[in-house]
Amino acid sequence: MDVSQYLEVFIEEAKEHLQALNEHLLILEKEPENENTINEIFRAAHSLKGMAGTMGYKRMQKLTHDMENVFQEIRSGKMKVRPELTDCLFEGLDALQEYVDNIINTQDEGTNDNQPLIDTLAHELEVGLKGDAAAAAPAPEVKAETAPAPEPAAAPKASSVVYADHEKMAIKEAAAQGLTTYEIHVDLQESCLLKAARAYLVFKAVEEFGEIIKSVPDAQMIEDEKFDLSFVVCVLSKATPEDLRKRVLNVSEVKEVTVEKVTFDNVQVAETAETEKKEEEKKPVPQAPTASAAATASTQKPAGQTTQKKAVVNRSVRVDIEKLDDLMNLVSELIIAKNGLASISPDDYAGKEKRSAFNEQIEYLERITGNIHQSVMKVRMVPIESVVNRFPRMIRDLSKKLDKPMELYMSGEETELDRTVIDEIGDPLMHILRNSADHGLESAEVRKSLGKPEVGSIFLNAYQEGNSVVIECSDDGGGINTEKVKAKAIEKGTITEEQAETMTEKDFIDLLFKPSFSTADKISDVSGRGVGLDVVKSKIESLSGTVECRTALGQGTTFTIRLPLTLAIIQSLMVIIGDEKYAIPLGSIDTIEDIPIEEIKKVEKKEVVNLRGSVIPLVRMADILEVPVKKPEKNTVTMVVVAKGEKKAGLIVDDLIGQLEIVIKSIGKYINNSKIISGATVLGDGEIALILDANALV
Amino acid sequence: MADGTDVSNVVESKQYIDVMINNEQYGIDINFIDNIVRMQRITRVPKAQDYFPGVINLRGEIIPVMSLRRRFGFEDDVFTPKTRILILKPEPQASIGFIVDEVKEVINIKEEEIDRVVTSDDKNTFIAGVGKHTKGLVSILNISAVLQDKEQD
Repeated sequence: MDVSQYLEVFIEEAKEHLQALNEHLLILEKEPENENTINEIFRAAHSLKGMAGTMGYKRMQKLTHDMENVFQEIRSGKMKVRPELTDCLFEGLDALQEYVDNIINTQDEGTNDNQPLIDTLAHELEVGLKGDAAAAAPAPEVKAETAPAPEPAAAPKASSVVYADHEKMAIKEAAAQGLTTYEIHVDLQESCLLKAARAYLVFKAVEEFGEIIKSVPDAQMIEDEKFDLSFVVCVLSKATPEDLRKRVLNVSEVKEVTVEKVTFDNVQVAETAETEKKEEEKKPVPQAPTASAAATASTQKPAGQTTQKKAVVNRSVRVDIEKLDDLMNLVSELIIAKNGLASISPDDYAGKEKRSAFNEQIEYLERITGNIHQSVMKVRMVPIESVVNRFPRMIRDLSKKLDKPMELYMSGEETELDRTVIDEIGDPLMHILRNSADHGLESAEVRKSLGKPEVGSIFLNAYQEGNSVVIECSDDGGGINTEKVKAKAIEKGTITEEQAETMTEKDFIDLLFKPSFSTADKISDVSGRGVGLDVVKSKIESLSGTVECRTALGQGTTFTIRLPLTLAIIQSLMVIIGDEKYAIPLGSIDTIEDIPIEEIKKVEKKEVVNLRGSVIPLVRMADILEVPVKKPEKNTVTMVVVAKGEKKAGLIVDDLIGQLEIVIKSIGKYINNSKIISGATVLGDGEIALILDANALV
Repeated sequence: MADGTDVSNVVESKQYIDVMINNEQYGIDINFIDNIVRMQRITRVPKAQDYFPGVINLRGEIIPVMSLRRRFGFEDDVFTPKTRILILKPEPQASIGFIVDEVKEVINIKEEEIDRVVTSDDKNTFIAGVGKHTKGLVSILNISAVLQDKEQD
């Protein structure tokens, strides 16, 4: 079967399952007894295995399978969760991630067998089972189950099914009665939709020949469709293998059947110490998926198993981002057309009545386009969770690697951001978190001596604020030592000593965002290579966002990232400078003031104005933009106060037009774009207005 | 995109748009041309290169416009009813407009009728070669050189 059409679905789902595994494994590490989590893990691993098998990714399937075995033992309570085990399992997840990455890039899982990892897993399994058994029960429990994976490299088939003691006895007895035990390996077709139903028919067919003593997976699992395309049925029968084979093959959608003879000697025995389990299993499980069998089996299963098979119905569709972009472009056009319509004065065409009717319709249109715009924007919004959910795992690994106990607290994961922003924000956030973990937090000993809790805390907090989203990353570590930054900056020649004298604390912190500036004394694997904060800054600025850093020595550091909710359509203030129209994004505007000319003061040859106690530098836009026609000076000037973080500047413009919803367009790559212009927009009358980037002016 | 002026392997003739700039004939490979529009209002972009008078709005798309006269160091444009803006698409997502004095016609020039220019003279680098045509000599523009911004390099 050609599975390439399912590749995208596979990749998406594999990612989801891996994420779920990561999250739950983290929980399991902390709460080893959490039953729900174990079940959750088991289910995710199982689905992943099934999917990998269906897609023909054998290596991935094998590894998942081995991990699943471990989960199985944990779930059945035969094994305790130990740190070495979780480490090993996390490594396994990384290896699986690698497979998925390979598949994304090349559609192939790659050639890495991860044999060492599989060996480690097997070892952990062994050690875990032994250690636990020694402590708890006298009889060792060995259950090296190698379920019917369609993996040729798997254990030889004859001994692939593990039998309990009583089952073995049954085989022996049967042999005495002249019955032969057969293992029937059934492979269903990949396209098979109702696997449980097919399996039921197979069971029915086999029952005609004799007694079914065992199936792998067990009847309950099969009934719940918790198996891949293959399963094994063990039957005591007088019939010939060929008859069995033919009968089972008669069931539709069965792809392949192999029948193997099992003798008493080549049977793998699982010695079980749990007498009650024996009791359960002594009852033969003949009529496979019948109510009674289900009831028997379900007593063995942890509660919630049966309820969990119902997947949460997800009322969502996956849509190609390009289709959304198209939709977005159309909405943009619509808004331009609407603005165009609104700018046509109806005076010339109609009488008073028609004029008001026209205006009414325009308002109606405005409302609709506004709503459509918002809806489309909302469709493009993705919760920030999809980016930050990988961080707990990262912090856990860092904690081990750096040997610093630390804990990540996240809030506001449900805050939504535009898809384009989400895709880009992951790396900068990761940089900042790594910085916090590596440089920010002190080692446990230092923390102890300072009277802080030994476990360091890192907080990741996201929330919406007006038209932007704020992401705060803070730690309760040592803070930034500005003296150290100063010394380093002078040593590196970034600043001179004279400059350093006049610099404020904040200026020093800003130095950290300069390219190749790192204060870490030693370059670690984690961070400190001097690429980081400058990359963070440029990335965030390319998303029209800002990043700020506040720090208190000995108390911690906070990075505040501010991002616009959307990039395509914004509210802006239209202004006139010279005889040209410009747009200033509303998001960056603080206030608008009329300033009498005599209030403009000069400080160090720069024009400033004292606005309600704060000194704001003035920027004469007509000069900056070199407008060809300058308006004569008036007695008062109009000042648009823009803010970039805590910094402010007053842009002096000639006139205000008003607020307008504008569609941001690029002015192309050929034209030399000084940073002041962030794009352009088409006004209702077809005229172009350039968009000023307030960030570049402050 | 491949350099459209590199036609050494093609034997047949190629089509060029014959335009007038400062009373000289220039040929622009027709494969680059997306559209030819009349002169329209140009919005100045502050701090741009001096040969970019600004941007125009072409059906909602914003396109930077270059003055070939200024680019070649001739006298500044005098807009007449004959002035046109050639819209070129050197890359799928990046259009650019060239202001020319006049667009004459589409001409066919065979490869062997083009003299390749190999001088390193500064101004001549904009010219890929000189083609012979019934109505005289036509300088074939080297589009990528025209688009290349020396100051940025």
